Amino acid sequence: MAVFNDRVPLPPKDAQKTNMVCHFCIVGCGYHVYKWPANQEGGRAAGENALGLDFTKQLPPLTLTMTPAMHNVITDSDGRRYNIMIVADKDCVVNEGLSSARGGQMASIMYTPDGIGKERLKHPRIFRGDDWYDTDWETAMTIYAGLTKKILDAGDPNQLAFNCFDHGGAGGGFENTWGTGKLMFTAIQSEMVRIHNRPAYNSEVHSSRDMGIGELNNSYEDAELADTILTVGANAYETQTNYFLAHWLPNLQGSTVKKKKERFGDDTNAEKGRIVFVDPRRTATISLTEAAVGTDNVLHLDLQPGTDRALFNGLVTYIVEQGWHAEDFIKEATSGFDDMLAANTLTLAETAEITGVSEDKLKQAAEWIAKPGAGGNRPRTMIGYEKGVIWGNNNYDTIASIVNLALTIQSVGRRGTGVVRLGGHQEGYVRPPYPGGRPALFVDQELINGNGQMLTVWGCNAFQTTLNAEQYRAEILRRSNIVKEAMANARGASAEELVDVIYDAVTKDGGLFVTSIDLYPVKIAGAAHMLLPAAHPGEMNLTSMNGERRMRLSEKFMDPPGTAKPDCLIAAEIANAVKALYDAEGNTEMAERFSGFEWETEEDAFNDGFRQAGQDGAPPIDSQGGGTGNLVTYDRLRDMGNNGVQLPVQDYKDGKLIGTEMIYTDNKFGTADGKATFLPTPYDGLPEPVQAQKDKYGFWINNGRMNAVWQSLYHNKYMSFTNERFNMAPVEINPDDAAELGIESGDIVEIANDYGSTYAMAYLEPAVKSGQVFMLFGHYNGVMGDVTTDWTDENILPYYKGTWADIKRVGSLADAKQKISFKSRLYT
Amino acid sequence: MSEKLSRRAFLKAGGLVAAVSTAELALNRTVTPAQAQGESGRVTLAYEPTEVAEAKSLKVGDVKNFNFPDASSPCVMLKMGEPVPGGVGPDQDIVAYSSLCSHKGCPVSFDADTKVLKCPCHFTMFDPEKAGQVVIGQATINLPQIVLEYDDGTDSVTAVAVTGLIYGRQANTL
Repeated sequence: MAVFNDRVPLPPKDAQKTNMVCHFCIVGCGYHVYKWPANQEGGRAAGENALGLDFTKQLPPLTLTMTPAMHNVITDSDGRRYNIMIVADKDCVVNEGLSSARGGQMASIMYTPDGIGKERLKHPRIFRGDDWYDTDWETAMTIYAGLTKKILDAGDPNQLAFNCFDHGGAGGGFENTWGTGKLMFTAIQSEMVRIHNRPAYNSEVHSSRDMGIGELNNSYEDAELADTILTVGANAYETQTNYFLAHWLPNLQGSTVKKKKERFGDDTNAEKGRIVFVDPRRTATISLTEAAVGTDNVLHLDLQPGTDRALFNGLVTYIVEQGWHAEDFIKEATSGFDDMLAANTLTLAETAEITGVSEDKLKQAAEWIAKPGAGGNRPRTMIGYEKGVIWGNNNYDTIASIVNLALTIQSVGRRGTGVVRLGGHQEGYVRPPYPGGRPALFVDQELINGNGQMLTVWGCNAFQTTLNAEQYRAEILRRSNIVKEAMANARGASAEELVDVIYDAVTKDGGLFVTSIDLYPVKIAGAAHMLLPAAHPGEMNLTSMNGERRMRLSEKFMDPPGTAKPDCLIAAEIANAVKALYDAEGNTEMAERFSGFEWETEEDAFNDGFRQAGQDGAPPIDSQGGGTGNLVTYDRLRDMGNNGVQLPVQDYKDGKLIGTEMIYTDNKFGTADGKATFLPTPYDGLPEPVQAQKDKYGFWINNGRMNAVWQSLYHNKYMSFTNERFNMAPVEINPDDAAELGIESGDIVEIANDYGSTYAMAYLEPAVKSGQVFMLFGHYNGVMGDVTTDWTDENILPYYKGTWADIKRVGSLADAKQKISFKSRLYT
Repeated sequence: MSEKLSRRAFLKAGGLVAAVSTAELALNRTVTPAQAQGESGRVTLAYEPTEVAEAKSLKVGDVKNFNFPDASSPCVMLKMGEPVPGGVGPDQDIVAYSSLCSHKGCPVSFDADTKVLKCPCHFTMFDPEKAGQVVIGQATINLPQIVLEYDDGTDSVTAVAVTGLIYGRQANTL
């Protein structure tokens, strides 16, 4: 953090320059990191600084984004101090030089002893008596590995539970998903593993994959080429910011018409793009899109919550009635169309009745997404969906109904189309196969029920983000306290003796030993007995892929604080410690299970996992890089810069990795017979526990994310720029509803139902409908999941978006009202 | 694409920078001598205090453009009607901000209905009644606020410093 907020030092021409992909959201914008000695500065003349810009005079608009938030002074482990500046890469095709509210803060969040990262975990910590104490890795591993072995030796690996990230970006990446996966699935062989934001080891898009369609099947460029973008349960300006600004909006403004003509000739309407928003809420994206492009090509289907399936079934029915469906494609490349149609048929009147969307709007939407143009060309419609349906009413069936629509109009495998999730984190999955079945164990419920003896929480935080969170926290804390008490009473015990103490507490007394591996002591650390310090991008080399499968190498440019390590090397530390215990007692079979972690660097983990998938002699590996990952090396990827390569890699030729822009262009899909499969997805109302809350309580508690703290709240908690604004979860409420309840902007309110209660800060927002509110999800100060029901779909996917509760005023913080802007976040 | 979009929006918003630098420049006048850059012992930038308005000439809702700390830095002065952080004048409601969005430098405009300063390029909005706080958008710092001082003897409002880095500069003083 700069001391002065009205100036920044410029990087000199010889500053070190490395690549950095923003590690917060799915889009993965490219940035450059400049690093140079703290006692040096570049000059203002263009020839005197590494940016090549003339700062002797005012720069024109749109030249760059460079603020004090993009600069910091770090100290390397050798004690030398360096300036760092992290600015957007103009040549990156993802963001084209745009810098987001999150990516533009990457320099600020890098560790400095007195900066935002000062709360970072620097060493392993152990909870003894009533407080935390630093310890070394050897002691921590003696306890962790000793307890792991003791539990394994009792014969049930499922007593070793994990909450673990599975994605890319910070707290993830191909290196770290492999390291953790190899530990959990190959060495320990536990099925008691849940994924970071959900209570089981499942996919958020099972149905799409079952239908033969991987969920990331197009390129960001396709949003420029589409005739119509259909976006469902997503708020792209806030959560896929630079994808929206650099690729969607230009199409909607007509800037890509020429490109469409050049690409498609007569097989396009070659008009400015249209967009259909499916969302119960008027989002910031909808409002600013209308302000930016007018209302002629913008349509908002503001359906009743949880009725998405009826909407898509109705649209499919109408499109087929009109004869606008892709008949040849359906016949040649798909199966199950007739059965789907028979099961899903809904008239427009029925659809309007269920969804609350007028028949006129439904017809308009159908025309935009499916009606052939004057020349007979079928519209190219890109469909992008995210948490509104992923965490909506029956994930499996609802996403299947979207893919049904996509197949009906051939929105797949054609440029300018695609049926894709828009994404949260970047991706970066490579692991041995999950050893459990489908549905996987409902791990949260297993723990609540007293199962599991040791829980490792890795780069995630279910206390803030799970469903039915209040009950979950209460039970984990109760079981954790049994172990804390036992450890407190074992005064003077050695690490080896503690293993026995803890083992007794978890096997005889119902206790649960909890380890949190993270950057910070997050909320779930309140239940933990051990904290292990992890590293994040910039402190390690890390590979991930974004929402168009674009894989890049984020390069290490500084050391992690203290003795913190990359997650993959923590996994290796654990595996090697357990292996040593088995070696010592001559148990070669178990020692073998824990072998293969002789990694010195994260690149070793990368080479062991991502590059081995599909290779002769390699074990089964599930990899988003497929069987050609071996073509990718750190050196090759580094050469590809921030544009990287889109997976799967096709070839390495002339010094370049050749990737894949769009999947399924050959109409061969991921099913046994290669045909995409329609699924029957009749609408059957709300799940019973959810309906019960709706019948009993006054407000639908819609929830989601906000731009400034999207995927970055664990840092933002310590950053004044954001925590002065969002130190409590905001809840937007209709002013008339607020008046009835005596609530003003800035008041603290309680939100409560049969499942729990939580607090939030009221923001009066006229665009919010009466009887509905919108709350920030996953906040540390106001946990929305406390009032989520325990209902899940057949694959244990929660319905985070679906709950009802009552709201009442609790009080007010005078300084919050003075400091926080409560003005509408909708650009008009 | 983004640049196409942005430039278009920028041009549409149009002309603010040019208008300020010509029509209203004459209103600015230096009231104290400049302090030399690099003056011994100094750790803050040497802004030249500049009288930019007479408070009583402003009415609630007025938007007054001026330049500070130099001719190439357009700013906007607002009289909000209520005391606000950083507000000066008899009613402590006069505030001023850089007109250049702290994200990518497009000119922000004041929306009298919503009382926000908004940028047409990437849709960042700032709250002039909360020290330029980002309401929503892509900026990573608040809109730089012009530090104002008020002399109730002469009724003059003087710009004396800037909180936050003005877009497109290494330091606020060129």
